[in-house]
Amino acid sequence: MLEIREITKIYNAGAVTEQCLFDHFSLTVPDGQFVSIVGSNGSGKTSLLNIICGSIPIESGDVLVNGQSIARLKDYQRYASMGRVYQNPSLGTCPNLTMLENLSLADNKGRSFGLSRGVNRRRTEDYRRELAGLGLGLEDKLNVKMGSLSGGQRQAVALLMATMTPLQFLILDEHTAALDPKTAEIIMRLTDKVVREKRLTALMVTHNLRYAVEYGDRILMMDQGQVVLDKADAEKKATSIDEVLGMFNKISIESGS
Amino acid sequence: MADLLISTLTQGLIYALISFGVYITYSILDFPDLTTDGCFPLGAAVTAVLLTRGVNPWLTLLLSLCVGALAGLATGLIHVKLHVRNLLSGIITMTALFSINLQIAGSNLVVDRGTDTIFTSPVTMSLFGGLNLLGRKLVVSLVLAIVVKLLLDLYFRTKSGLLLRAVGDNGTLVTSLAKDAGNVKILGLVIANALVALAGCIVCQEQRSFSATMGTGQVVFGLATVIIGITLFRRLSFVRGTTAVIVGSILYKACIQVAISVGLPANLLKLVTAVLFLLVLVASGRKGEEIIHA
Repeated sequence: MLEIREITKIYNAGAVTEQCLFDHFSLTVPDGQFVSIVGSNGSGKTSLLNIICGSIPIESGDVLVNGQSIARLKDYQRYASMGRVYQNPSLGTCPNLTMLENLSLADNKGRSFGLSRGVNRRRTEDYRRELAGLGLGLEDKLNVKMGSLSGGQRQAVALLMATMTPLQFLILDEHTAALDPKTAEIIMRLTDKVVREKRLTALMVTHNLRYAVEYGDRILMMDQGQVVLDKADAEKKATSIDEVLGMFNKISIESGS
Repeated sequence: MADLLISTLTQGLIYALISFGVYITYSILDFPDLTTDGCFPLGAAVTAVLLTRGVNPWLTLLLSLCVGALAGLATGLIHVKLHVRNLLSGIITMTALFSINLQIAGSNLVVDRGTDTIFTSPVTMSLFGGLNLLGRKLVVSLVLAIVVKLLLDLYFRTKSGLLLRAVGDNGTLVTSLAKDAGNVKILGLVIANALVALAGCIVCQEQRSFSATMGTGQVVFGLATVIIGITLFRRLSFVRGTTAVIVGSILYKACIQVAISVGLPANLLKLVTAVLFLLVLVASGRKGEEIIHA
């Protein structure tokens, strides 16, 4: 279970441009829940993910995983139990390493990176099978440099890499936003499949209201650092996209954007 | 003429160790590391002092690696722990090393003819005693350059090596792998500067002297050779980066040798080095943008 307790986040504290984003903000995500988070630009969606991952500091409050505070852990320490897929497809993989080398790195997460062979040939068949499961024809490109693949292909591999080793949380940071509609759809379906199969707790920030309504168990709409809509399970299933869009337009008009 | 060819080749092979170091920092880590200019004479200073005290010349190789590693560690800690920008971190260590080198050596030092070097030690004589000094220098340099190259090639394919190549390519990914990207960078700087100091050690034994200014321009040399090597073999992906930079180093030393042969005064050598680097940058079409080549 992920708990965000009474966090306060102020940007540019002390400066003229000081802006309080979160003022004693709290949120609880039970295990196995797939949460979609929507909201206009500047509503705090990505800041929320960054706070959970430890990429940005907070003024006060606490972040707890299964009752244990992780607020003092460095970002890389938190990733021991988290995986993250970014908006920019090039952030999830190393462009100058081959796909095999990239997968090998991800496969070794949680273990020591010592002087044993970097690429375990015996795992190649497993990688090939996993890649074939993506349905993008990547299984024959293990020795191709990652950088020569398309954004959609890289994002699919990034998703695979992020979820390769056991993890508690999957953080999806607008991970379909940089892709064309067709590829975005493929990645979204893959995401749903992975989250279901591995029973992951997932937080997905998206600008695509349809994805937020169609996928996941819970929908959150954020505005100016506050949750303005929060529906889960049956209640969420009964929510139509028009309803969400109406709410979204309302907050957009109110905040003048 | 044959002697000139042999000595140029020897120079290229010894200085290739600097190229390996710069290859790791600039090309793999994307870190323009100026520590090189202070670390190269550091290796030479330590070696000159140890040799004159009668230490086994082969042992000086090991000790030079260690002091070079410390120099790299200093730059790495300044950059990662104190959050100083990469270029400035190197400049700070380089400047400090200038004084440290003089403290170690006292002043410019000459290793007298009677002192054994790796080119005249009993081990070398028993193996390559049939060759003259020039020949022994070539063979020993060749062996050392190849051993280091092969060790690096092996290392780059280990898990640790893979992580090192990843950190310059995409630091975010290393963080996502629950590894401290800063520590991986420090490790890279340690390895790179250990090799640079090793180059200083061998050069000191080859020319039997240490001078405080011998480091000037070495980072430029290293960058030029890395860019020459990688540009030349850009389309031949089976050629490893380490092989490419050895070729770069030999070609570069050959160019300098030609300049000297046509009567260039020694005072103008650094000017030629700088101009040659500029030519390489412009001709390669890179102009110094990142040349990540993992």
